[in-house]
Amino acid sequence: MSDFVSEFWNIYVIVITAASVFACIALLYVQSKATFTPGKTMGHVWDETLEEYNNPMPMWWSWLFLITVVFTVVYFVLYPGLGNMKGLLGWTSAGAHKAEVEKMDAAVKPLFDKYMAMDVKAVAGDKQAMEMGKRLYLTYCMQCHGADARGAKGFPNLTDSDWLYGGEPEQIKETLNNGRMGVMPPHAQLGADSVKDLANYVRSLSGLPNDSVRSAKGKETFAAVGCSGCHGADAKGMHALGAPNLTDKIWLYGSSEATITETINGGRQNKMPAWKEFLGDAKIHLLTGYVYSVSQGAK
Amino acid sequence: MLKHEQIEKSVGLLIVLTLLVVSVGGLLEIVPLFYQKSTTTPVEGTKPYSAVRLAGRDIYTREGCYLCHSQMIRPFRAETERYGHYSVAGEFVYDHPFQWGSKRTGPDLHRVGGRYSDEWQRAHLMNPRDVVPESNMPAFAFLAETKAKDSVGVDIVAKMELMRSYANVRGIPTYTDEEIKGAQAAIGDMTEMDVLIAYLQGMGTALSTMKQ
Ligand code: HEC
Ligand code: HEC
Ligand code: HEC
Repeated sequence: MSDFVSEFWNIYVIVITAASVFACIALLYVQSKATFTPGKTMGHVWDETLEEYNNPMPMWWSWLFLITVVFTVVYFVLYPGLGNMKGLLGWTSAGAHKAEVEKMDAAVKPLFDKYMAMDVKAVAGDKQAMEMGKRLYLTYCMQCHGADARGAKGFPNLTDSDWLYGGEPEQIKETLNNGRMGVMPPHAQLGADSVKDLANYVRSLSGLPNDSVRSAKGKETFAAVGCSGCHGADAKGMHALGAPNLTDKIWLYGSSEATITETINGGRQNKMPAWKEFLGDAKIHLLTGYVYSVSQGAK
Repeated sequence: MLKHEQIEKSVGLLIVLTLLVVSVGGLLEIVPLFYQKSTTTPVEGTKPYSAVRLAGRDIYTREGCYLCHSQMIRPFRAETERYGHYSVAGEFVYDHPFQWGSKRTGPDLHRVGGRYSDEWQRAHLMNPRDVVPESNMPAFAFLAETKAKDSVGVDIVAKMELMRSYANVRGIPTYTDEEIKGAQAAIGDMTEMDVLIAYLQGMGTALSTMKQ
């Protein structure tokens, strides 16, 4: 099936291409037949001594033309280019890409198969697997979690033992495969005073300086308005919802009263992309091992 | 037989023959592209830029993002592993002008849509070093201070009408009257950064395996 909208364009390309090649040959032919008188000038003199001679084309120049013509003919026989002709090699850029990918996939398959057969904890202990895992991590994950996996504001640190969604291999794999969507609803409707109480209470949980009268009131509000529904009655977080533990010294957004107030007022929405389709099982398996291994380093 | 001497002595003939020779490349390499199905038909899933994304695209060109970012994933494994499916011609039918670029100081962006969250895009544009400490991309925090309707959105209706006329020439799907009429409202109070992020999140999604 032709990619051109009409047969005209097929012929158009063939005709112009062929005409160019024939023009080249014709030029060579005419030149080879022309007679030249050595030493005879065209009759012009510039700048006292500058004269124009009428000499034959240098031989190497003629050869270059000839080689170009031969190359063109061979090229069009082997490769696509002359209108709709596909060329004997059947080459396409998509095909070349496919072949390259298949070759590489076949080469690394035994390696991936070996690790797929091992469980995540064993993979995490394998030096070569972790070198591979690190490469994958640096290609796909460092933009959000940092090259050192220590995260950034809003993007969790993966090297600590504090988990939003859980640090067991199955939980990590689930996170990577299907992504996560953390939603903390806005609570500005509670009023500035209550929010300030809550912020003080949240700070008190991890031993940060706070107003004790306000934090006592905040503690009641925390249970009353349903913060505990997600963060737990003891505020130690809940993996099923990705609600962080508020009692440790590890912060996703920050521990200052201003930042906590911002979190409570405006809520937070956060997304970890789903990688299953893009990366496939084998790479996800190695990455799970890698995340598991960097988190173990913390202990 | 035409002689070198004759050509050289007749300026008119020299001009005509020179033009003929130098136009061969263009006649073969450029003109047929307008008459190929693969370059003129949208790939399934490629839609005209919505008003918001069209405005975002104008921010992209205005800020010169194309100076550091290409939008052209070549069919090499090294690129498709990093970015996803290689770019195909039918994905660019609504790009006037295209943003293929030719310089990669930063990564290719053709399949960046859905790759990162809106929150990441915002944090990254505000100050790239907040999320990627090694980055040398400039901060574009000022984009959050201007409303798109006061800059790139002012003449959005005229821009969409122009895009529609391009699409009509090719006979490919384009905006309805309602979409053009609702353009200002769609942009509403969004900032320049909002519309830019909307543009980025829509990029290359037709052939992407990243879920939005
Ligand atoms: C667009 C930015 C982004 C990219 C890219 C990204 N992540 Fe995430 N990731 C996040 C965010 C945001 C969260 C937290 C989600 C939430 O709060 O609900 C997260 C959560 C996680 C978690 C769960 C952490 C916990 O405490 O439970 C793991 C594990 C993880 N990411 C690993 C990875 C790996 C491995 C990759 C590379 C394949 C990756 N991430 C790529 C943004 C990203
Ligand atoms: C619907 C469940 C839900 C409710 C209700 C909820 N939260 Fe959250 N909260 C979350 C989630 C999920 C996150 C993490 C958001 C993210 O991943 O970006 C979070 C994050 C936070 C953070 C930021 C922690 C850090 O490390 O930076 C604070 C502080 C917080 N919540 C306090 C509260 C308070 C106070 C209340 C009650 C007013 C509350 N939350 C109610 C789910 C909830
Ligand atoms: C001076 C060159 C430069 C300019 C101009 C520039 N960038 Fe970047 N950009 C980079 C570099 C370098 C990176 C890689 C480091 C990083 O993630 O910050 C990058 C990364 C990105 C990424 C992440 C892509 C990925 O897959 O990791 C996005 C999205 C992006 N830039 C968007 C933009 C937009 C939008 C503009 C215009 C407003 C822009 N950039 C202008 C250099 C630049």
